[in-house]
Amino acid sequence: MADASHPGTQGVDRIQHAYLAQVARRRLYGGLTLLVFALLMISGFVVADDRNAGGFWDGLSHVGDYPAVVLSEAWEKRADLPALIAKFFPALVETLNIAAVSTLLGAMTAIVLALLSTRGLARWPRMVPLFRRLMDLMRAVPEIVIALVLIFVLGGGPVPAMIAIAFHTTGALGKLFSEVAENADQKPVEGLASTGANWWQRMWLGVLPQVAPNFLSYGLLRFEINIRASAILGFVGAGGLGYELRNAMAWGPGRFDEAAAIFILLFGSIVFFDQLSSRLRNSLTEGQTH
Amino acid sequence: MTATDLSLLQTQADRRFARKRLMAFALPALVLAYLAYTAVAFDLAGLAQRARWDNAVTLASDSWSYKVHVTRDHRSGGIDYAVEGERKGQYPDDMHPDWVAPGETTVVDLGRDTAVRLLPGNRTEIDIPGFGLFEAHLDGRRIVTNLPQPAPDWASASNTRVALTLPAGRIAITRTKTEVFRYFAGWELFWFTLDSPYHGRSLLDILLGDRIDPARGNLGGAWHDFWYNPMWQHAAVAWAIGETLLMAVLGTFGAALIALPLSFLAAKRFAPLMAVRFAMRRLFDFVRGVDALIWTVVLARAFGPGPLTGALAILLTDTGTFGKIFSEALENVDSRQIDGVAATGAKPLQRIRFGVIPQLVPVLLSQVLYFLESNTRSATIIGAITGGGIGLLLTQAIQTQTNWEEVAYYITLVVLLVMVMDWVSGRLRARLIGRST
Repeated sequence: MADASHPGTQGVDRIQHAYLAQVARRRLYGGLTLLVFALLMISGFVVADDRNAGGFWDGLSHVGDYPAVVLSEAWEKRADLPALIAKFFPALVETLNIAAVSTLLGAMTAIVLALLSTRGLARWPRMVPLFRRLMDLMRAVPEIVIALVLIFVLGGGPVPAMIAIAFHTTGALGKLFSEVAENADQKPVEGLASTGANWWQRMWLGVLPQVAPNFLSYGLLRFEINIRASAILGFVGAGGLGYELRNAMAWGPGRFDEAAAIFILLFGSIVFFDQLSSRLRNSLTEGQTH
Repeated sequence: MTATDLSLLQTQADRRFARKRLMAFALPALVLAYLAYTAVAFDLAGLAQRARWDNAVTLASDSWSYKVHVTRDHRSGGIDYAVEGERKGQYPDDMHPDWVAPGETTVVDLGRDTAVRLLPGNRTEIDIPGFGLFEAHLDGRRIVTNLPQPAPDWASASNTRVALTLPAGRIAITRTKTEVFRYFAGWELFWFTLDSPYHGRSLLDILLGDRIDPARGNLGGAWHDFWYNPMWQHAAVAWAIGETLLMAVLGTFGAALIALPLSFLAAKRFAPLMAVRFAMRRLFDFVRGVDALIWTVVLARAFGPGPLTGALAILLTDTGTFGKIFSEALENVDSRQIDGVAATGAKPLQRIRFGVIPQLVPVLLSQVLYFLESNTRSATIIGAITGGGIGLLLTQAIQTQTNWEEVAYYITLVVLLVMVMDWVSGRLRARLIGRST
């Protein structure tokens, strides 16, 4: 070590040598990792290609076919398009309603679950792991699983999709909410506790005002995601735009103008709510340090 | 301070309180009003009538129990035993359940003091606790029973069909056959079907006991019979899970690989040309906005159903998302590190490699790993639409409306898969970038 602080040329050589060897080894490992990764990706692609009904290279030249047919048909009947958009507008409203209600209900349940599973705030500290596992489980269930089972019991329509999305939303938001609440300032809570406030009052008056902007911002992000989810669930029979899209597609050529109108509505609303929510979220988290 | 000042302050304070109070009541009222509107829009009242609660009961009981059918053919008089009445679950000719005593008169013991006797001449006798002896026989084309009029609520009887629902099981008599169902808890034949020599053997027997099937080693034979179990098709299910995982992995990493170079074109610092930047950003917005649903629909037309279509749909959507996230991260890259690398005489590519990429890696890895988990879920959903992976098996099983135990099995597998991915991605993120970020 004393050698290193007053290095002679020999010492410098040795250090340089060791350093270069280390760099070479690091590069080798990095290269090997990349190679393994590339091999895995390629073999994964080959397997996926193998198990697909149509091959990748054959299909690639046909990717544009379907959009081209739809677009050309829609262009031919472009005069009808506004009427069709008006016709499917109620379906869009239903899709948005499903997303909004499930976000609302999911967020409300998530707030309670998140507070119950945050260390320092929990009503029953011993139950914290239980509520956490519960949220993990709710988060892990894909919406389609619940939706399909509920469609069997409740029949098609918006309610199965709403329940399914709300269930997943509860788990997903609960985790994020709990992370936010963990960083909340404990002083207001302690102050309220000293006045004899009960748990609900401490949470309502002490914690929620602090975390409300972050909760809202996460909620908006979820709403964005849920619009997409609600459209997808419609495709398996849960009403809304997705359902109309499947019907329009099942009709095949001749009804492609309807499919085009639905594509436009879906694309437009997703982009619109994306922009809106990102504006709102930016203004909500403005001035926050993280 | 004058009195006017004070009153001004007071009115201000009053107004603020009033606004607060309004907010405190108006917001919940608004939410409630909206929920009430949607309750009407979603037709909750009609839903309660349309709901098939009997379906829910079947679903709930079928998902954790199974029934064994004992069927007597009225023409031949032969008696068959089959799990769930499926051919794949049929007992081989020389086997019968141990609660059945075959013979001239076949006695089916349903438990709970209920015994069914299938007598010659297509006659049936049942000892029913609390009722006594039930009798039925075929008279020409009519079914004659000794049920009183009106029939008890556990029975429904007509000339052509008699159905009894007892606590111990169900009995259905039609002109052509008599069926007795006995219910058991659990998933039937999950390990081996009845025709496998390993059925009913304990794990210890298979591992350590004598060779059961003389033609094969115990372990290999048992594995083969389990893996290709015709009822549960474990091999096919494993493939389906693998396909779903493959869709998620290929889609996520492929999207990251494509988005990384493109995101440089969308970041102000690396793409001085406004037009390029604008075009790139709109491209990202477009592929993101089109959404996985539409991509799936479009791609399925070109590539057909399968995991590749799902992977490409995920890839396209996430290229947009990753492009947006990465380019935002690139805007916030610390320029000192790049300047430092540039000061050593590095070329532009080297500057990116040693000045930018190391700063980008934490964002990149954490986002990719995060999406990997959520895409496992998406892959299930996309699989259900395009027809691939566990999503396809799940929809097929639900559409049969009878194989609820398979549905329960697939749901368990999906949830486990997602939870494992969640856990792995969380661990890797913590490992690679430290807990602080």
